[in-house]
Amino acid sequence: MPLPSTCAKDRIPARGGVGLKAEHYRTIVESQPDIGFFEVHAENYMGAGGPPHRYLSAIRERYPLSLHGVGLSIGADRPLDEDHLQRLNELIEWYRPGLFSEHLAWSSHDTGFLNDLLPVPYTAETLVRVVEHIDQVQNSLGRQMLLENPSTYLAFAESTYSEIGFIAEVVRRTGCSLLLDVNNVYVASTNQQWDPVAYIDAYPLAHVQEIHLAGYTREADDKGRPLLIDTHNRPVDEIVWDLYAYAVGLIGPVPTLIEWDADVPAWPTLKQEADRAEAIMLATKPEAVRHAAAR
Amino acid sequence: MQQLAERQRGFAAALLDPGLPMPDGLVGPDGEPGPKRFAVYRNNVVAGLTETLKDAFPAVHRIVGTDFFRAMARAYVLVEPPRSPIMLDYGAGFPDFIRQFDPAAGLPYLADVARIERAWTEAYHAPEASPIDPGVFMAIAPDQLPSVRLALHPSLRILRSQFPALTIWKMNVADGVPAPVDLAAGGEDVLVVRPQSDVEVRSIPSGSLEFLQALADGKPVLAALEAALIASSHFDLSANLSDLLRAGAVVGYSLAPDTRRA
Repeated sequence: MPLPSTCAKDRIPARGGVGLKAEHYRTIVESQPDIGFFEVHAENYMGAGGPPHRYLSAIRERYPLSLHGVGLSIGADRPLDEDHLQRLNELIEWYRPGLFSEHLAWSSHDTGFLNDLLPVPYTAETLVRVVEHIDQVQNSLGRQMLLENPSTYLAFAESTYSEIGFIAEVVRRTGCSLLLDVNNVYVASTNQQWDPVAYIDAYPLAHVQEIHLAGYTREADDKGRPLLIDTHNRPVDEIVWDLYAYAVGLIGPVPTLIEWDADVPAWPTLKQEADRAEAIMLATKPEAVRHAAAR
Repeated sequence: MQQLAERQRGFAAALLDPGLPMPDGLVGPDGEPGPKRFAVYRNNVVAGLTETLKDAFPAVHRIVGTDFFRAMARAYVLVEPPRSPIMLDYGAGFPDFIRQFDPAAGLPYLADVARIERAWTEAYHAPEASPIDPGVFMAIAPDQLPSVRLALHPSLRILRSQFPALTIWKMNVADGVPAPVDLAAGGEDVLVVRPQSDVEVRSIPSGSLEFLQALADGKPVLAALEAALIASSHFDLSANLSDLLRAGAVVGYSLAPDTRRA
């Protein structure tokens, strides 16, 4: 059964949005805040019914929605879970999200579902696997998906591609689009001692259809070097805002999502983060936008 | 060309077994092994699943405290990691695990509190259905009532504790105030149902559980009444039907004649 024809447009606007949290359901439905879009984790809406679907249906009537998967395990060396693809198909049919994204990561193995976004070695073998899986997802869902760059804490000695070289090759072979997680860029760049600005410069920016922003936690590795953890439990860091402004300067305005999944703040605090992303997009001078014309 | 499978097998095994060493070839920016780096993933997996259980079993968490809960949840995560990426399904086996968890043996009601919380989660995510209007049901002719079969709300769960588990649960949810409980005061039968948006958890009188179980098995009212009366000679049919209807626990009924002996 399709949603009522009165529901908001499907397309995600180049505005600020936030990850939808149960803590904010009531506030959003009652106050109808002016915000570009909402995003949900697909797996949180794979129950049969109840308040999550009631609220999401009400919110979808007023706002564009993007769907973010965390459980497909695209980077695993095992077949994708057909039942899971079917559940994604049903969610997409019901809620008509403007975008669907997943991670360059794996989470399922023989031991079960590991509930984390685990890293993959960047090798020719992994590339074949990831490309097969993305082809399968796009064929099954009948739409293009966005692939998100990971936050990583270690590297694999056997890797033969750079992360960006790997991602660029996946895009070339599958025709998928990209989700640029700027916090992940900063977290991974710090942890791997890469230059985050050079990362953004080299990223296949013409294929970016969405940006994610989030907060990280600072720890240290065995040798006292900074080890940043992608915790989504605090405001976006100032240095990540700077990187974001830099990326927007190259890409142009693009749907930008604030992810805040743990220690979730009161609604106004979350909304302010989305407003800040929007202000940065509005402040970006059009002449600085090199890639926008191609979009 | 099977390096990826081997790599992920070793990675996954070491994540869940802290006794295993970090797999070779996982390095920091200097190319040297980084055990603290691998530990981030270990911690993410176990702490993430423990947090999922804490959210799903808040009263159990409050009763035993954070340290005990973490240790108990960690033990459960290692023997029963999730089989599915749908985390709202995770923890179905946790009440049974608690029942057999030796360090919790001093809290014999704890597993039953966990069963109530699990029933709450299942009811919360259960399919939608519209409760019938009590007035419509009351209009059924008295001579037809014995053969009526009821369709119960798909969110409905019933459970029995030989302890006052519902009383204990209520004292340990968000606004609850813990107070001394007489564990010898007798057991409680519990009904959990989500007729609209809110999950409702209530105590039911003796015989109701047998009555509801028979109805849920598709038996007509007469057979359910017989089951209830065996359990409790004081069972009050009209009061029970009225309570069920007012609770929104009935979503349909059929008058189809039953030719079998009930």
